[in-house]
Amino acid sequence: MPSAQTAVLSLPRAVGRSVIGSLAHIGRFSLLLAELFRALVEWRIWLPRTMDEARNIGAGSLFIVLLVSAFAGAVTALQTGYQFQGNLPYYVVGTLVVESIVLELGPVLTALVLAGRIGARYAAELGTMRVTEQIDALESLGRSPMSHLIIPRVLAGLVMIPVLTIFANAIGVLAGWWSAKQVLPLSNADFTYGAQFYWRPFDAYYSIIKAFFFAGAITLIPCYMGFNAQQGAEGVGKATTTAVVATSVTILILDTLLAKLLLHP
Amino acid sequence: MIELRNVHKRFGQQVILNGVDFSVEEGETVALLGPSGTGKSVLLKHIIGLIHPDAGTILVDDLNVATLGRKQLAALRSTIGYVFQNGALFDSMNVFENIRLGITDAKDNRNAAYCATRVPECLALVNLAPEVADKFPAELSGGMRKRVGIARAIAGKPKYLLYDEPTSGLDPVNADIIDGLVKHLAQTLGVTSVMVTHDVRGAFRVSDRVALLSDGKIVLQGTPKEFLASADPRIKAFLERDFDSHSFAA
Ligand SMILES: Nc1ncnc2c1ncn2[C@@H]1O[C@H](COP(=O)(O)OP(=O)(O)OP(=O)(O)O)[C@@H](O)[C@H]1O
Ligand SMILES: [Mg+2]
Repeated sequence: MPSAQTAVLSLPRAVGRSVIGSLAHIGRFSLLLAELFRALVEWRIWLPRTMDEARNIGAGSLFIVLLVSAFAGAVTALQTGYQFQGNLPYYVVGTLVVESIVLELGPVLTALVLAGRIGARYAAELGTMRVTEQIDALESLGRSPMSHLIIPRVLAGLVMIPVLTIFANAIGVLAGWWSAKQVLPLSNADFTYGAQFYWRPFDAYYSIIKAFFFAGAITLIPCYMGFNAQQGAEGVGKATTTAVVATSVTILILDTLLAKLLLHP
Repeated sequence: MIELRNVHKRFGQQVILNGVDFSVEEGETVALLGPSGTGKSVLLKHIIGLIHPDAGTILVDDLNVATLGRKQLAALRSTIGYVFQNGALFDSMNVFENIRLGITDAKDNRNAAYCATRVPECLALVNLAPEVADKFPAELSGGMRKRVGIARAIAGKPKYLLYDEPTSGLDPVNADIIDGLVKHLAQTLGVTSVMVTHDVRGAFRVSDRVALLSDGKIVLQGTPKEFLASADPRIKAFLERDFDSHSFAA
């Protein structure tokens, strides 16, 4: 029967196509990375642009990042307080709020929010520049799109996203502290005692290392998608949504990998 | 000089260039005519290495564009000005910064005083007021954007200029100014140019030779006189649309 035959044949074909598709992505992505490193020598070009970009994404994202982490801290405190009422000393709330914010919620929520904010913006900007031939125009002037467009965006993200994460951690902890005090008979001394009880300096490094890796995903993946956008407004839309989804999934995978590698080596 | 030898290009199944031979001598201006969608823009992008040929060679200044290394290609490109069909202005920058990026010499580009005089100079050449420098591309009309694109392409004093329909969408007065500019740059600075155009009248007035691209091949490349004398039906069909062309070539 021909239809059954086609069905049998089409599966390996589809698998083959998607394997080739992924390999092509990996190849093009590596090429982009190689060119990016090579263009680092043109610091006169990328340095001022990096400053502008860092200012843009830092100021533009601060409010939403702080908002999200404040709510995350508050909710963590309220729920912890509810779960442990009567069973554990109150200072445990301090431990749990600090550890969950610094180790997980601060960096991951910030990264997911910024995947939507910075990532989508990078993919849309570069995609639009691709389809309106602005990237071609840059190349036609003998200029490198890497030093003019990609390096500033990536470096700005690599610097600003960890900084935003540090702010997010601080606000998350403060919001948790304040909320816990609203619902529990918890003193400031209890909270700080609990916060310090299980605290290791490595926790702070871990948080920043995570933010740094997430920053790599949030900048590189959308830049790659936008840079290789296909023609038309549809191409830009597709590049943007694919970038946000791919970045978010990568953040979750990195989160798990880093927990395994750094906490359970 | 610019030389294309037997250049082939296809996108998927669609054959765009099917053995194109095309040449521009030093200091010469060649107009490239052809119906919409035949691949004139694609041909022009081959010259500057934005599109790579499937087969054939492209020589600019005796350099094989498709096989040049990154640095050499960038160096060659900085001697070529390219006017994009749709302007392709950097929309996050104002007109001043757009034109400044066209100043390809790194030292001149960093020299603020030089840029402050060169940018208005280029704006004046395309008949735009100096105040336009402060505007952003989104605030300009289509024709103004096109002329800023030309100003950006000439700002670096290139040896070669590739114009993709520089006068389409312009009013007759400004179209004449741009035609005059193309001619002026060729005559006074010896710029070698290729001008893609639909304007047969302008093409005959400005260029030394005219070429017609049709069905993936250059049908004829010759002087305006040779063009008018040709019996090829594709050329006749193209010229008949523009009755004025006879009076201008005479
Ligand atoms: N990057 C690309 N990918 C796929 N197809 C393309 C690409 N660029 C151009 N084409 C196709 O090549 C053909 C020629 O395009 P081109 O832009 O060169 O036409 P043109 O001669 O400049 O036309 P016009 O006078 O309307 O500007 C078109 O059919 C177009 O769809
Ligand atoms: Mg075209």
